[in-house]
Amino acid sequence: MIRILLEALIACHNCDLLHQRRFLQHGEWASCTRCGACLYQHKQDSLNRTLSLTLSSFILIIGANVFPFMTFKLQGRVQEALLLTGVQELYLQEMGVLAILVLAVGVLFPLLKIFGILYVLLPLKLGRRSWKAIPVFRFVETLHPWAMMEVYLLGVIVAYVKLVDFATIVLGSSLYAFVGLILTMAAADAFMDSESIWDELEVS
Amino acid sequence: MSSLALTAARASLLSCHMCHRLNTSSPPLSADSTVCCSRCGMELHSRKPNSLARAWALTLAAMILYVPANILPIMTVISWGEGEPDTILSGVIALIEADMLPIAALVFFASITVPVLKLLSIIYLLLSVQTHSTWRLKDRTTLYRLTEGIGRWSMIDIFMISILAALVKLEAIATIEAGPGAVCFAAVVVLTMFAAESFDPRLIWDVTEQASHD
Repeated sequence: MIRILLEALIACHNCDLLHQRRFLQHGEWASCTRCGACLYQHKQDSLNRTLSLTLSSFILIIGANVFPFMTFKLQGRVQEALLLTGVQELYLQEMGVLAILVLAVGVLFPLLKIFGILYVLLPLKLGRRSWKAIPVFRFVETLHPWAMMEVYLLGVIVAYVKLVDFATIVLGSSLYAFVGLILTMAAADAFMDSESIWDELEVS
Repeated sequence: MSSLALTAARASLLSCHMCHRLNTSSPPLSADSTVCCSRCGMELHSRKPNSLARAWALTLAAMILYVPANILPIMTVISWGEGEPDTILSGVIALIEADMLPIAALVFFASITVPVLKLLSIIYLLLSVQTHSTWRLKDRTTLYRLTEGIGRWSMIDIFMISILAALVKLEAIATIEAGPGAVCFAAVVVLTMFAAESFDPRLIWDVTEQASHD
């Protein structure tokens, strides 16, 4: 009885005010009456869309890391770089901390996030629950602000602008995969409905 | 004003920070026992534990590191044996001189404006909570949300250095090496992200409760 009552309520996570949950139409969201924070949303076809976009992200993140990212040509010398070459180079320059940071927020966390979402959502789609799904999904939610591919892309643009005047820069296929990856990940984030995933994880 | 507002804390409920499920707080919390969320198993707290002390510690550490981050070179361009160190500011100036104004504005915003505004806004939020300010509660909550969301964009410079180091390694002709300033700057970004994460915006609203008790 108490549980049903509790499930009908939600506290604003920014100001703690209690609200009664209401049924929302697709695309609507509920915001806190006191501080304006978004309380919850109702997203249409969330599971299918998140899952398909995350699957495409998985393919694209492999492409982004396997193919050359940018090629730098200066005075007859050619230097090809992968997405991870910077990490290796920073490590060789005894900047291990920076290497680990770039590796983590640029490649590792996005990859773990994609794996985590697939691990939790694929079985949910089939009406099952994967082993340790709840801690894994908690981990995915915690990773969220630390997967910074879109920031990485801006770093790429700034680096390109700095080099393009005195050298020839050839953009590699990895860069296109990377841009695609950022778009599919952002769309997957936008379609993901954590609230309903938590509900389904509890039921299944 | 909102002295009658019913919050989860007043109703003796605990809202899960992870999945937002409401939990009853019985059995009562003792000092060393923890209550976990019935849905996701996350440890429950009415307010983030030691929120102010942790946010202050992380913010002060970030402020201290902000000085070397701006003074020390973030990278050095070595060409024919001559090294030319670049600081954050000189990087922006170089972009302005190369007539790359939009990119210069982007780097200035991400590497200078955002970290400074972020530090200032966290300090302001902390001070306003500690002085029990009741001024513009809603705007301060919005300020918190902005501070929390914008921090990651300061990493642009770090990624730029990583890409430059990967591409420009033609031994004698030109090599780009990361400098100690980059490590300090990265630490500032990470520390302020943790500081924003440690701060509990519900503390802003708790003054309305205390005011109604007085």
